Order: sequence, then C-alpha cells, then structure tokens
Amino acid sequence: MSNALDQLRETMRRDRVFDFVAEGRNPFVGRRTVLPGEIDASHGPIFYMESVTVSFDGFKALDDLTLYINDGELRCIIGPNGAGKTTMMDVITGKTRPDSGTAFFGQTMDLTQMTEYEIASAGIGRKFQKPTIFPEHTVFENLELALAMDKRVWTSLFAVLTAEQLDRIDEVLETIGLQELKHSRAALLSHGQKQWLEIGMLLAQNPRVLLVDEPVAGMTHQEMDRTGELLLSLAGNHSVVVVEHDMNFIRSIASTVSVLHEGHVLAEGTMDEIQNNQKVIEVYLGE
Amino acid sequence: MYLAKLFPSFMKDDKAGQILIAILALMTLVFATFNLLVPESSVFHVSTYTLTLVGKYLTYALLAVAVDLVWGYCGILSLGHGAFFALGGYAMGMYLMRQIGERGVYGNAELPDFMVFLNWQELPWFWQGFDMFWFAMIMVILVPAALAYLFGYFAFRSRVTGVYLSIMTQALTYALMLAFFRNEMGFGGNNGLTDFKDILGFNLQSNETRVVLFFASALSLALGYMASRYVVNSKMGRVVVAVRDAEDRSRFIGYKVESYKLWIFVFSAVLAGIAGALYVPQVGIINPGEFSPLNSIELVIWVAIGGRGMLYGAVVGAFIVNYAKTYFTGVLPEVWLFALGALFVVVTLFLPKGVVGLYDQFRNKGGLTS
Repeated sequence: MSNALDQLRETMRRDRVFDFVAEGRNPFVGRRTVLPGEIDASHGPIFYMESVTVSFDGFKALDDLTLYINDGELRCIIGPNGAGKTTMMDVITGKTRPDSGTAFFGQTMDLTQMTEYEIASAGIGRKFQKPTIFPEHTVFENLELALAMDKRVWTSLFAVLTAEQLDRIDEVLETIGLQELKHSRAALLSHGQKQWLEIGMLLAQNPRVLLVDEPVAGMTHQEMDRTGELLLSLAGNHSVVVVEHDMNFIRSIASTVSVLHEGHVLAEGTMDEIQNNQKVIEVYLGE
Repeated sequence: MYLAKLFPSFMKDDKAGQILIAILALMTLVFATFNLLVPESSVFHVSTYTLTLVGKYLTYALLAVAVDLVWGYCGILSLGHGAFFALGGYAMGMYLMRQIGERGVYGNAELPDFMVFLNWQELPWFWQGFDMFWFAMIMVILVPAALAYLFGYFAFRSRVTGVYLSIMTQALTYALMLAFFRNEMGFGGNNGLTDFKDILGFNLQSNETRVVLFFASALSLALGYMASRYVVNSKMGRVVVAVRDAEDRSRFIGYKVESYKLWIFVFSAVLAGIAGALYVPQVGIINPGEFSPLNSIELVIWVAIGGRGMLYGAVVGAFIVNYAKTYFTGVLPEVWLFALGALFVVVTLFLPKGVVGLYDQFRNKGGLTS
C-alpha cells in the first residue's frame, strides 16, 4: 500500500509530471501565475529551476541548469569564478530573464513572469555580494524600510510603525547585535557590521527563502562563526541558499553542497562527498 | 522655542523650516504695511517694484523646492523642470488673456488679440473653459501633472537613469519650447501671452492686488514647503532616499521603485506648475522663452548653490542667485553669466552641501556638535 503511495508521489513530482515544461511547451509562459501568500511547497522543494539557460552575447552564464531547493533546507553553492552563481541569483530574483527554462517558487509562482518587487514581496530575500545598505539612513531606518509590510506608495506616505513592528525591529537588532548603533548612520558602520545589517534587513523582510551571496567576505573569524550560527538557526523556518568561497565556512554550516561549473550543476552531496568527487577535483585543481 | 508650537508635528525637527516660514510671514506683513500704509515720500516705503520683485523670487523659491525634491532626495537630475513651471504659467496666462475681454487692441470679446491677428474665427477647443478661474486653477495642477506622469511613466519603467534621463528632460523642455514658438499652436507664438488687465476682476496694476499676489506666493511657498517636508519625513520620503542611494537594494526588499520615482516626480511637477501660475501675473508675461533649456539648467544651479537635499537650501539658493542676477544684470550685465558660472564651480568644488552646508561647517568647527 505505502509502496503504491510512494510510487504515486513519485509520479506526481512536479519536476517529473511537468516534463513537458522543459520542452518549451510551458502552459504558464506569458500568463501570470502569481498567487501571493500561497507558496505551495507540499511536494518538498520550495524552489524549482529547470533547464535554465542564460547567455550574454553568446557566453552561456547558465547552461541547462537544474536545481531544486527543499523547504527549510540550508544549501551551499560553490563554484569557481564565472560558474554562474550570481547569474543564478539574478534569475531567481527577477533581475535577469532566462533565455529558456523555468524557475518556480513553490509550485504556483512562475518567477520568470514576476518583477523584482513582486518576487521580493512573495518571500524571496537577497543579500548582495557587496554589502548594499542605505548609507544615509540610520540602522533603525534601514530595518524599517526592509520590514515586511504593504510597500505601495500611498500606504508609505501615511505609514506609522505599529508596536508590533517596533518590537520586530528591536528583535532583529538584537539578533544582529547592533542595538547600540541603532541611531547611527549606516555609512559609519564597519564592513562586517554592514554585512550584518544587510542580513538583518533580510530577516526583517521575513522571507521564505534567503539568498545569501558571500556573507562572510571580509569578516573576522569571530564574526564568521556568529554568521554561521545565525544562518544555521534560520534554516528550518526558512530555506537558506548560501553562495560562498570560503571552504572552512561552508564545512562549518553545510548539509548539502551543490557545485556549479560552467553554468550547470557538476555535483551535489555532502561536503565529504564533494571533496572526494573526481570531477570536482579536476575542476578545482586542474588535471 | 515658542515657534515650534505653531507647527504640525512633522515640522518639529525642522528648525530651519520653522524660521523660513516665520520669515515669510513677517516679510509679508512688513511688505504689505510698508507698501500700502507708508506714503511714497517716506524712506520706509516699499515700492511696488520691490514687492513684485521679491514676489517673483518667492515663486522661484517654490520652483527650487520642487527641483530639490526630485534631485536632492530622489537623485533624478531633471533638467526640464522649467517646462512644468512654464505650463503652469501658460494655464494662468490663458485665464488672464480671457479676462481682458473686449479691452484688447482689436476690441474682440471672443478672441484674444493674437488670434484676431492670425485671422482665426473662433476660440480653439483647448482654450474653452479658461475664462473660469477655477477651471484654470485645475489646469495649473493637472497639465504639469499629466505631462510629468506620462514622461515619468515611460522613462522610469524603461529604467532610464542618470545622464540619459537628464538629457531626455532637456529634450522635453526644448521640444515644448519649439512647439510653443509656433503660431499655429495657439498660445501666442513668439510673443506669448501678455498685456494682462486684471485677475478675478481686480486690477493687476494696483498695489492692493500686488500685495495679495505677494501674499499668495508666500503662502504657496510655505504650504509647498510643508507639504514637501511631510513627504520627505514620511516613510515614502525614506524610500525615495533609499532609491537614490541603492536602487537595486530597494527593489529587492520589495519596493516598486518606478512608482516611487513617478509620484515624487509628479508631485514636484505640480509644485513647479503652481509656482509658474503665481509668477505670470506678477511678471505680466509668459512666452516660450520660459521653456528654454538654459532656464532649467539655471534652476538646478540655484539648488546646488543653496544646498540640496534639505529643502530650505533650495529656497536660500533661489534667493541668493536671483538677487545676484538682478543686481549684476543691472550693474554689470556682461559679467553675470561668468559670475554664475564661477559661483557654480566654487560651490561644486568647495561646498558640496551648498551655502547652507557652509553654516553647518562653521558651527561644527566651533565645537557645538562633533
């Protein structure tokens, strides 16, 4: 009985059932399938990228990339420079449109049909490689701006923070350890503090998926450890995708690692498996 | 400070704004009294010429505030804000033309002089309704707003930014200038609209009307300033600054950047239109020269010299530059453009925050704040 059920589940896997999707007969193309607040992750993955290809002037930044991220998973993505890590994030967040292939958030939201702000409000948060914060605003205001709420122009014009929202900001400030700097201009923060503030902004946004591009670049060992702990504690409630170069850092947090190379997934597995994978060794160390 | 109690809560932290509005109120009071009640022979008499001149500066100051909103706060360097100013001015001018009635040179009650001159038989459709003051006032707001919306909608949606956007705004105002120069457009061509007689039945040349116009300009500047302050103090204002500093970041935390840019641009255009509408009855003429690209560039210089991103800096800049302009063009007309250029260079090189920033610098050196 359970065997049959498993089999049924297996056939119903969206990535299999919708095989025709990859064939370019996507029924959703050109139609907006945006159902905010209804992220359907009931089949396991929260995130489907299938056969995504992106090319810039003939150079294939992503080449037939297929990647699934499970709900609540902490996934690390590594790869040499130019492997397509940042382009992948650009596709997910709507900055770059794929030439072919599909990207789904849950089972219903076609990311290739949504704009950046729609994707962000649907629950995908992104931290840039270079810490990007609002330098002229205070730490508090940075978090206020990121906070999950109605972000349309007219509501913003008359918006007043509720007690709940203030509590939420304080909570985030505590998590990122910047309470004392609450009212200082963000431009005055150190590099590591800016990284943390940006992570804090992600948290305030309360996304379902966090895309984190090189979170520990330029951090001290201590800060690195704290960042690792933070990311680990977030997994479970959120799906976290980390792109990172620092192998030690990845070893300290990773459960599953995907290796990107020349625009597609070269290998996937635990850190140990990856390190002993012959193809990976070749790519990283040369023949 | 007692002053602070007179203002709504969003003005509480804006000392400079409070002082500005207090000065405006005081100035209106003084000018009105010393113009109307002190006899002309007295040394204390404020001439109608001075009154009108300062009134004109007030409308320029409102225009500068409008530019500061988009440039200082949103980082959109618009080099075409003169167009919105001129459109507001033309809407007012059309009303004033209709007020002339049969007192024109040709004595035609139905048609303004220039149309009679062009042998037109009837009023074009777009002149209909401008004999009503309320209709003209709606158009003062609506026409600049509509143009700003249309332009902004396409420009911001296509993500045109920086220098390219500035060039497009220049092209916009230049195109409008060329169009308004044509007689066939029906706005008086080259000569524009002039020879106004009265507004709402009051003689435009009388001192009382001038005082009222001055009051209206001061009031509009005060209200426009406070409205702008409200906007920049609101969360919307913070988002707008965020867009200026890190556009992508704002997008990825869920803001529809295009909408924010669009609405601040439209709001700014409306302020500029109102300023134009108050400018025309005081100056007595509106012609296509107001659309000239140079005008728009000049008003960006006012804001740069005063100090951008503060609102009151724009007001100070508008006053300084225009006073200097009046002075120099009277005394040494050939020097003026060089002086303006030199002033701009000096401010850009040494005073990134303008004249107003200079004051802050001095205060900081005095050790009051660190």
